[in-house]
Amino acid sequence: MGGGKIVAGIIAPHPPHLIYAENPPQNEPKSEGGWEQLRWGYERMRESLEEVDYDVIVILSPHWQTYVGTHFLGVENFKSLSVDPVFPNLFRFNYDMQVDIELAKAIHDQAEADGMAVKMMENPDFRVDYGTIVSCHLTRPDWDKPIVSISSNRSRHYYSVEVMQEMMMQLGESTRKAIEASGKRVLLIASNSLSHRHFTTESAIPEDMSKEHITSHAMHLWDMRILDLMREGKTQQVVDEMPEFIEQAISENDGGSLTWMFSALEMPTYSPLMHGYGTIIGTGNVIMEWQHEKKGGI
Amino acid sequence: MSRIIKSLVVPAHPHPYLCPDANQGWANIRAGFDEARRQIEESDADLLIIYSTLWPSIIGHQIISDPNPEWIFVDHDFHDLGSIPYSLNIDAQFAKDWDAANKARGLQSRCVNYHGFPIDGGSVVALKLLNPDNRIPAVICSSNVYANRAETTVLAKACTDAVEASGKKAIAVVIMSMSNRMFTQPVSPDEDAIHSLKDDEWNQKILEFLGEGRLEDLAQLSRTIQGQIRVQKVVSFKPMWWLSAINGQHNNFNGQVLAYEALHGAGGAVVVLDPSEGGIGDKEFDEDDVENYLGDRNVLDAVTEDSIVIEEQSLAEFDSLVLKTLAKEESGPELWQGTEGENLVNTDAAPKPVGPYPHARRIGDLLYLSGVGPRQAQTNSIPGGPIKDENGTPLDYDIEAQTRACIENIKVILEASGSGIDKVLDVTSFLVDMDRDFKGYNKVYSEYFQDVGATRTTLAVRALPTPIAVELKVIASL
Repeated sequence: MGGGKIVAGIIAPHPPHLIYAENPPQNEPKSEGGWEQLRWGYERMRESLEEVDYDVIVILSPHWQTYVGTHFLGVENFKSLSVDPVFPNLFRFNYDMQVDIELAKAIHDQAEADGMAVKMMENPDFRVDYGTIVSCHLTRPDWDKPIVSISSNRSRHYYSVEVMQEMMMQLGESTRKAIEASGKRVLLIASNSLSHRHFTTESAIPEDMSKEHITSHAMHLWDMRILDLMREGKTQQVVDEMPEFIEQAISENDGGSLTWMFSALEMPTYSPLMHGYGTIIGTGNVIMEWQHEKKGGI
Repeated sequence: MSRIIKSLVVPAHPHPYLCPDANQGWANIRAGFDEARRQIEESDADLLIIYSTLWPSIIGHQIISDPNPEWIFVDHDFHDLGSIPYSLNIDAQFAKDWDAANKARGLQSRCVNYHGFPIDGGSVVALKLLNPDNRIPAVICSSNVYANRAETTVLAKACTDAVEASGKKAIAVVIMSMSNRMFTQPVSPDEDAIHSLKDDEWNQKILEFLGEGRLEDLAQLSRTIQGQIRVQKVVSFKPMWWLSAINGQHNNFNGQVLAYEALHGAGGAVVVLDPSEGGIGDKEFDEDDVENYLGDRNVLDAVTEDSIVIEEQSLAEFDSLVLKTLAKEESGPELWQGTEGENLVNTDAAPKPVGPYPHARRIGDLLYLSGVGPRQAQTNSIPGGPIKDENGTPLDYDIEAQTRACIENIKVILEASGSGIDKVLDVTSFLVDMDRDFKGYNKVYSEYFQDVGATRTTLAVRALPTPIAVELKVIASL
C-alpha cells in the first residue's frame, strides 16, 4: 500500500489524577479539580491536534509491563471498567475503545521480521492498562479514533537502560516502517512522566494543590534539563543522557516509550510545541507535541 | 503461643493453575500446592493472610476489604494461557482491623473496597489453589514499592496486633519467586529451566534455610538475595522480612519444601513452615528491631532542619525531638511523655498526653483511662481533619473519622493494659458541637459498642485542648 505517515508525536503523561480532576462521566470518583497547569496543557494540545488529520493513535504505555517480548493489543473492541491498583480512590473508569488490529499486526510482523520477540494479545478478557486509557482519553476524549496499544518491555530491568534503548530504537524503526506501508496517518503517544519519585503520603483531599510540588530540587533540575534539550531539538542527546536521567531522577522513561517515539520520528531536530509542565504527587510531567508533518517529517 | 499457626511461601506465576500438565515441573508445583491445601484443610485456621509481591503500592500499604471481589484475571505476559475468573471470600472486618493497627503503629495504610479492583494474579492463583472452595476467609495486602525493612517489619507487627485482637488462628502466605529472572524470549514448556546455574544455586541455598526452619536468618539475607538473583522489578525482595516479623522473628520452624521448579526461567517453590518448640536456634545475627514506623520520607510537608538531625540522635534525644517537632508543627499544646509509675499504663501506639498523666491506671480489677481523642500516635495528625486552623478559623471536619480514630486509640490502650473493648463498663463522651456531630458520633459509636452494654454519658463542652471535636473517657474491667 505505502503512503502512510506519522503526522505527529506527543508526550502525554498518564497519572490517573488528571482524569479524576477532569470529572469525565466515565470516571466514578468525583473531584473539585486540581492539577490545572497540566490539564490546561492537555487542552492546548487537543486544540493543536484539531488541526492535524490522523486515522489512528499508536501508544506505548509503561503500565502494560511485559517481560517476554513486546506485546500488542489484538482484540477489536475492549469495553470494561479500569480500576487503578495504586490509586483506586481516584480512578475507576468505564472505557470503550476500538483497536486497529490491522495496524497492530503490521507493526508486530515488522518487528518480528526485524528480529524482536513479539506477541499479539488476543484474550478478550484482558484488561487494558490504565496508562493507555488515561493518555488516550486526555488526548482524544471522544474516543473516536482506533488505537494500537504496545506493551512496555522491561528490558531495562533485565539488562540495562542501554539494552532497553537499543530495543526501543529498533521498535521505533519497525513501527515507522509498518506505518509507512499501511497508508495510514498516525499520531504517536509516548505515555510517560519525566522524573518519577512519588510522595508516599496523600493529602486528605487528593486535589489539594497546596500540597503539590516536585519531590526535590534535584528532580526539578533534571526535568528542566531534559525539557530544554527537547525544546532545542536535541533528541539524540536526550537518548544519550537517558541512562543517567533514569538513574538520577528515577525517570519513567525506563519504560522505553520516549526512546521508541523519538526513533519512530527519526530523532527530530526541530523544536516541539510545549503545552505544559506540572507535578503530580511529586512526579514531573510534561505535555509536548512534535508537529512532524508540519515540520517536514515523513 | 503465636496465633500464626502455619506459614507458606508460594510462587506467583499462573502456569501451575492454568496448564500444569504442559510441563512436569509445573505439575510438581501444582502437586506442592495441593499438599499445602491439604495441610491447610487439616488445620483449624480461620484466616489466610496474604502478602503479595505482585501488588505494588505507593501510598503506604493497601488491604483488600471488599468482602467478595469478583472479576476475571488475565496475566499481562501469559495472556495466551487463559483467563482465571475469581470470586473470593475476604474477611472485611479483619482488613479494617489490620488497617487500623497499621495506623496505630505509624504506617500509611488504607482499605480498598471498589467493585472491579484488579486483584493481583499471584493472590488469585494462590487462593484458587489453596482455598478453592473459599472455606477460609482471606485478607490480601500490597507490597509497598518504597518500603524498607523497618516499614515492612512494622506492617507485619501491626498485622499480628490485629490477629491477636481478633482471636483468630491464621496462616500467613507470601507470594513471590525465588530468583525472578524469566526468559525474555518465548520458550516451549518442555524447554523450561531455571535461568542460570547461579540462580539455581542461590535458590537451593534459600530452600536449605527454609527447610531447616531458619526464617529469620533468611530475612536477614534479604538484601543480599535481592542483589544476587533478583531482577530489579517494581517490588524488591521483602517478603521474608514480613513473614519473619509476623512470626516473631525466630528460626524455630519445621520446614517442608514441597516443590521447587522453573517457571519460565524464574524459581518457583512451595514451602510450608510450622512453628516448633525447638529448631535450628535463635538468630545468628541481628538488626535493629522496630515497633513503630516513624517515617523517613515525609515529603508531603516541609521538612525542617530539626528533623534532618534525627538519624544522629540517641533514642532518648530522638523521642524528645519528635515531641518538640510535632508540637511545633501542630501549634497545639506541648506533648508529654506519659507519667510512669506502679499500675500506670502508657503505650507508644497511642497519642502522647498533653499533660502529666498516664494513658491508663489499674486499680484492682478496674482500669481507668484518661480522656482519649483522635490524634494519631506518631504523627499527631487528626483523622477527619482539625476543627480549626492555627489562627482559630473554623474548618470543616469529619466527625465520623474523628470518632473512629478516637475509639481505635482507646482499643489500643485497653489492649496494652490487658483489657479490651468488650470489657468497657462506662463511657463519658465530650463533643464540642452536639448539634452538628451527635448523629455521626453516635453512628460510629454504635459500630463498636452495640453489644458491649457499657453505660454512657455524652456532654457538650466549649472546647478541648487540641483542635478535635470528640474525646472519650472510659472505665473498663481487667
